[in-house]
Amino acid sequence: MREIMVRAMYCEMLGYDASFTYIHAIKLAQQGGVLEKRVGYLAVSLFLNEGHELLLLLVNTVLKDLQSTNLIEVCMALTVVAQVFPKDMIPAVLPLVEDKLSHPKEIIRRKAVLALYKFYLIAPNQVQHIHAKFCKALSDKDPGVMASSLHIYLQLIRSPDSYKDLTGSFVTILKQVLGGKLPVDFNYHSVPAPWLQIQLLRILSLLGKEDQSTSELMYEVLDESLRRAEMNHNITYAILYECVKAVYTIHPKAELLEKAARCIGNFVLSPKINLKYLGLKALTYVVQHDAKLALQHQMTIIECLDHSDFTIKRETLELLFRITNAQNVTVIVEKMLDFLRSCNDEHTIIHLIGKVAELAEKYPFNKPEFMNTLLPMKYNSWFIQTMNDVFSIGGDLLQQDDPNNFLRLLAEGSESKEEDDQLRLYAVESYLTVLKGHTSHLPQCFLQVMSWVLGEYAHLQESVDRREVIRLLTQLLDQRSVSSETRVWILSALTKIPEGQTDLILDLAESLSSSQDTVLRQQAQELRHLSQDSQLREFKPVAVVCVFSSQVDSSLSFLDGFVSEALAAGAAPYKPPHQRQEELCEDRALNLEPYSFSLPVSLSSCSITDRQSPTLLSVSSGLSGNSAELSQKAGSSTLILEGVKRVWGKDGYLPQKEATAPPVDEPSAAVQPASQQEAAERIEPRPEPSTQNQDKQQLASSLFVGLGVGSSVSLLGKSEAPPPRFRKKPRPHESSSSSGTSKRSSDSSSRSSRNTTDSFLYGSFPEEEPATSISTFDHTPKSTTANGLSQNKDTKEDRHANTSQILGGDMVIVRPSTIQDKHPPSVSSDLTALLPADLKDLPHSDVISLTSDPSLSLSSCRLFRDEALLLVIFISNCTETVIKDVAVQLTLKHKHQQMTLKNFFLLQVFEFMRLILMNSILSVTHRPLVVTTEEYGKLWLSLSHDVKQNLKLLTDAGDPLRTTLNALKDALQLHVVDIIGSEGIVACRLLSGAPCLLHCRVNGAALAMWLRSPHPALPDFILYHCQRALAHH
Amino acid sequence: MIKAILIFNNHGKPRMSKFYEHYTEDTEQQIIRETFHLVSKRDENVCNFLEGGLLIGGSENKLIYRHYATLYFVFCVDSSESELGILDLIQVFVETLDKCFENVCELDLIFHLDKVHNILAEMVMGGMVLETNMSEIITQVEAQGKMEKSETLTLLFIWQSMRQSQASRFSSKIS
Repeated sequence: MREIMVRAMYCEMLGYDASFTYIHAIKLAQQGGVLEKRVGYLAVSLFLNEGHELLLLLVNTVLKDLQSTNLIEVCMALTVVAQVFPKDMIPAVLPLVEDKLSHPKEIIRRKAVLALYKFYLIAPNQVQHIHAKFCKALSDKDPGVMASSLHIYLQLIRSPDSYKDLTGSFVTILKQVLGGKLPVDFNYHSVPAPWLQIQLLRILSLLGKEDQSTSELMYEVLDESLRRAEMNHNITYAILYECVKAVYTIHPKAELLEKAARCIGNFVLSPKINLKYLGLKALTYVVQHDAKLALQHQMTIIECLDHSDFTIKRETLELLFRITNAQNVTVIVEKMLDFLRSCNDEHTIIHLIGKVAELAEKYPFNKPEFMNTLLPMKYNSWFIQTMNDVFSIGGDLLQQDDPNNFLRLLAEGSESKEEDDQLRLYAVESYLTVLKGHTSHLPQCFLQVMSWVLGEYAHLQESVDRREVIRLLTQLLDQRSVSSETRVWILSALTKIPEGQTDLILDLAESLSSSQDTVLRQQAQELRHLSQDSQLREFKPVAVVCVFSSQVDSSLSFLDGFVSEALAAGAAPYKPPHQRQEELCEDRALNLEPYSFSLPVSLSSCSITDRQSPTLLSVSSGLSGNSAELSQKAGSSTLILEGVKRVWGKDGYLPQKEATAPPVDEPSAAVQPASQQEAAERIEPRPEPSTQNQDKQQLASSLFVGLGVGSSVSLLGKSEAPPPRFRKKPRPHESSSSSGTSKRSSDSSSRSSRNTTDSFLYGSFPEEEPATSISTFDHTPKSTTANGLSQNKDTKEDRHANTSQILGGDMVIVRPSTIQDKHPPSVSSDLTALLPADLKDLPHSDVISLTSDPSLSLSSCRLFRDEALLLVIFISNCTETVIKDVAVQLTLKHKHQQMTLKNFFLLQVFEFMRLILMNSILSVTHRPLVVTTEEYGKLWLSLSHDVKQNLKLLTDAGDPLRTTLNALKDALQLHVVDIIGSEGIVACRLLSGAPCLLHCRVNGAALAMWLRSPHPALPDFILYHCQRALAHH
Repeated sequence: MIKAILIFNNHGKPRMSKFYEHYTEDTEQQIIRETFHLVSKRDENVCNFLEGGLLIGGSENKLIYRHYATLYFVFCVDSSESELGILDLIQVFVETLDKCFENVCELDLIFHLDKVHNILAEMVMGGMVLETNMSEIITQVEAQGKMEKSETLTLLFIWQSMRQSQASRFSSKIS
C-alpha cells in the first residue's frame, strides 16, 4: 500500500488524475503503523487542499496523533496541521497545539510555534489570547524555537505600535548572534545563523520606521553587523543587503547612511551578477530617500541598461522610473519603450506599460530644450507620440484606466485654451496619419481611443475634409478584425461629426441597421434620424457627454441617506460578500466537542474574523485620506538634501552640458571648473573613450539631468502630485438633493451650528491661533459653503477683547469628551460631571449650548489648565432612536504661516474624533435590559441568532465570574440578571428594542460566552466590545 | 513566505513539486510548464532571480532558481523572503539531499520521492523556513529513518516468530 501511495503521488505530480487514491491516503494515515502513517500524511498534504471535504475525515486522526506519546507521530501531525487544515476545525486542535508549546522536546516546540503562526495567518482572531505564549517562545532557551517565533513577530509587527517595547530584546538577540553566542551548529560558512540575522534585521527595520527613539536603540547593532559582514560569501551579502535596507528605512543617521551607501556601491560594482541585481534593487529603494546616490553610479546604470540579462534590464528601468523628472522623462520613456518592443513576456509588458503611461500623463506638456532642435516636431507632440506607442505596444493588455486617463486629460485640458487645442489638433492629425496606414494590426483599445478623439475634435482641424474623416472611420467599420464594441465607439464618433455628408452616413446607417448586434442597430438608427433631421441636430447638446470623464462616486455616498433610514427602520447592515460567506460557513460548521461536555461551551462557531462593527469601518475610511496627506508631509521633510558633493551640475553630466544644454544660471561659476575636472578624472581611467563611450555619456547626461540640488525635491516618485494645472477636477460632493428633502432641515441646522461654533471658537483664541469649526450631522459631510463669514468676523472681533487674556499660552489641546445621550440640553450644567476624571478638577467655564436640532445637540465648555486651554465638546443624542453614524467635520482655519502648529493641531483633532466616534457607537447603541430570570429563560428560547466564544476571565479578586461580569456591566451598560454557581446570565437591548442575551459560564480559566439575539449582527458586535473591554481591564 | 518549490529536469519533466498555496491541478501543471519555459531559456551567466510570471501571483512574487547538472531547483517566494538567503537555502537543501542519498542524482528523486518530501518538510513547513541547520535536518531525518527501520525489524521478528510457531504446529501435527 505504501509503495502504491508513493506511485500515486508521482502520477499526481506528473499531472495525471489520481483522485481515487485520496481516500486511501486518509485511510493509510488513520490506520497504518508509523511508516504507513507517514506516507499517508505526506500524500494527504500533497493531494488535498484546505477546502477539500475529505479533510474532515482526517481531523480525528490528527487529534489522536497530537496526543500520542510517540514523538514522530506528534511531529507528523503538527506538520500536516501546518500544511493543510480546514479553517473551521482550528478550534478543535488549538488547545492541543498550544500545549505542545511547553513540550520538553525542542523540535516539537518549534513545529508547534509554526503551526500556530499558520493559524494566525488563517484566522488571526482565534489565536489572540496566546500572544503571551509567543513571547515565551521568543525567549526560549533553544535558538531554533526562538528563530521560528520570529516568523510570527515579523507578521505581527507589520502593525508595529504595540510591539515597540520588544525592540530592546530583538537588539539583544541580534547582538548575541553577532557575538557568536549560538552553538557552532548554527554557523553557515562560518557566519553565525545568517537566516536568523536576516529576519532580525527585517523586524528591526519595521520597528524603527519613522520612529526616532526606537531607531536610536538599534544604531549600534546595525553598525556592528555592517562591520562584521565583510566576508566574501553570498550569505554575508544577503545580510548586508538587509542591513542597508534597514539603515535606510529607520530614522536616518548620517554616519550609518554613509556606510550603507558605500555598501551599495560595492554591490552595484560587483562583477557577480546576483549582487549587481541586488545593488540595483537597493538603489531603487534608496533613491526615494536620496536621489544623489544614483548619480554616483550612473555609468554602471547605463551599462546595466544594455545588459544581456532580462531581469537586470528590468530592474534598471524600475530604477530609472523612480528618478524620472520633467527633464529626463523623454529619454527614460524612450528607453522603456525600446525595452518593451523587444520583450515578449506578457506580464512584464503589462507592468511596464502602465508605468510608461503614468509617466507620460504626469508630464504631458513636456518640452525639453533639445527636442526643438533634434526633432522638428510640433510643440507637445511628444506626449501624443508616446501615448500612441503605449497603445500600440500595450494594446489590449492595458488596464482600462490608462486610456480613460488619457482621454480625460485631452477632454478636460488645462487652463490655457490655446495649448489644449494644439494638443488636440496634434492628436487628430497623428491619428489620421495612423488610420491612413495599415490598420488591421492595431489593438482594439487604440482604435477606440482614436475614434473617440476624431469624433470629438475633428472639427478643430480645418484643413482636413470631413468626408475624409468619415471615410476613414467607415473603412474601419468594414474591417473584420474590429470587435463589435469598437464598432459602437466608431459609430458614436460618427454621430458627433457635424454637418452634411448625409449620403455617406445614410448608406452606412442603412447597412448597419440590419446588424445582429442590437446596440449597433440602435446606434445606426439614431444616426440616421440625426442626419435626416437637421432641426434635431441643432438641439444636439454642444458638449457631448463623454463616457470617460464621467466621475463615478465609488463610495456611493449619495445612498448614505437611504441606508441610514433603512438602518433606523431595523434593516440589517450591509455585509460584504466574503463576510456573508463566512457566516454561512459558520452556520454549517460542525460541533467538534464531545456531547458530554457542558452544553453552552462550544467552539464550533468562533471564527471571528472581521468582527468589527460595520459602523466603525466607515469612520476610519473617512479619516484615512487626511492622515495620508499628513504622513506625506512628514515624509518629504525627512529628505536630506545637503552634504553631498556636487559633482554633477544642475543639468546633469557637466562636460556634456556645454555641448547640448544652453547655459543655465549656475549658483557659482567657481565651482564649475573644479567639478568638471573631477568628472573628467572619473572618466579617464576607462580604457577607450571611444565614440560608444561618448554615446553612453551623452545618455547619462540626458538620463540624470535635473537630479541636482534644485529639482531633487520633486523626485519623490509616485507620491508627487501631478502638475497643478492637470490636477483631476475635484469630484463634486454629493448634492443635497440626493439625500432627500427630509434631510434638508438637519442640513441647514447643522450649518447654523457650524457658524455658532465658529464664532465660539474664534472667540476663545487670539488672532494668530488656528481655529476649528465643528459641525455634526448624521450623514456624510457636505461641502462647506462659507455663508455667514461676515457674521463670523463680527463675533470674533468683539469676543476677542474679553477672552484673549484668558488664554495667554499658544497651545491648543483638544481632548476627547464622553458622549452622553438623553440629556436635554437645558440641564447643561450636568454635562460637566461627565468630564474625564483627570479633567474634573480643572477650573472650567460654563457649558454653553452651541446648537441643537431635533436629533443632536452640541455643547461645549472650556477648561483652563496652567499651560493650555482645553476645549471639550459634548455631542448628545436627543432622540430615542439609534444614531448609526456621526460624521464630525472639522474645518481648520488658520491665519498665519504656522505650519508645525497646524500639523500638531490636526493630529490632535484626528485623535479626538477617533475617540469620540468609538465612544459614541458604543454608548449610543445599547442599554441594559432589565428582566427576571424566568423572562430571560422564555426569551432565550425564542431567539435565533447565536454566537459562542471563549473570553478571558478576570482573576484578580475573589469570585472571578462576578468580577468579570461586573466589569463588563460597568463598561458596556449590561444588566446582570442572575448569577448561579459558575454560570451567569446578562441582558441588554438596543435602543430600537432588539434584546441580546448573554449566557456566561466559567470553564477552567476561560469564560465561555454564548450570545443570542433576534438581530443577526448584534451578538458579534457585543462580543467584540466585550473582548475589548476585558482586554482593557 | 515560500509559495512553491519545484524541481524539474532539463527537459521540463517535474521531479518534485510542492505548493504551499492552493492551486487547481491544471494550474499547477501550467505553473510548472511556464516556470520551465522562463527558466530554461536563461543563460548560465545571468542572475538567479526572475520576476514571476503571470500564473504564480504577479509582480510581488519572485522565482529564485539554481541549476545543478540535469536538475533545476526553483523556489517561488513573495517579497518577505530575502533573495540571497533563499539562494543559499537551495544550496543547503541540495547538500542535505546529497548527504542523505550519498551522491544524489535524478534517479534518487524519482525512486524516493517520499524521502525527498520528508527532508523538505524538515526544512520548510507550511511555506515558512523551519530549519536551516544542515546537521539538525539530517539528524531528524535519520531519527525517523531509524524508527522506520526498527519497526520493519519488529514486523520481521513477529512474522518470523509466527512462522516458527506455525512450523512447530505443523511439526506437532506431523508427529
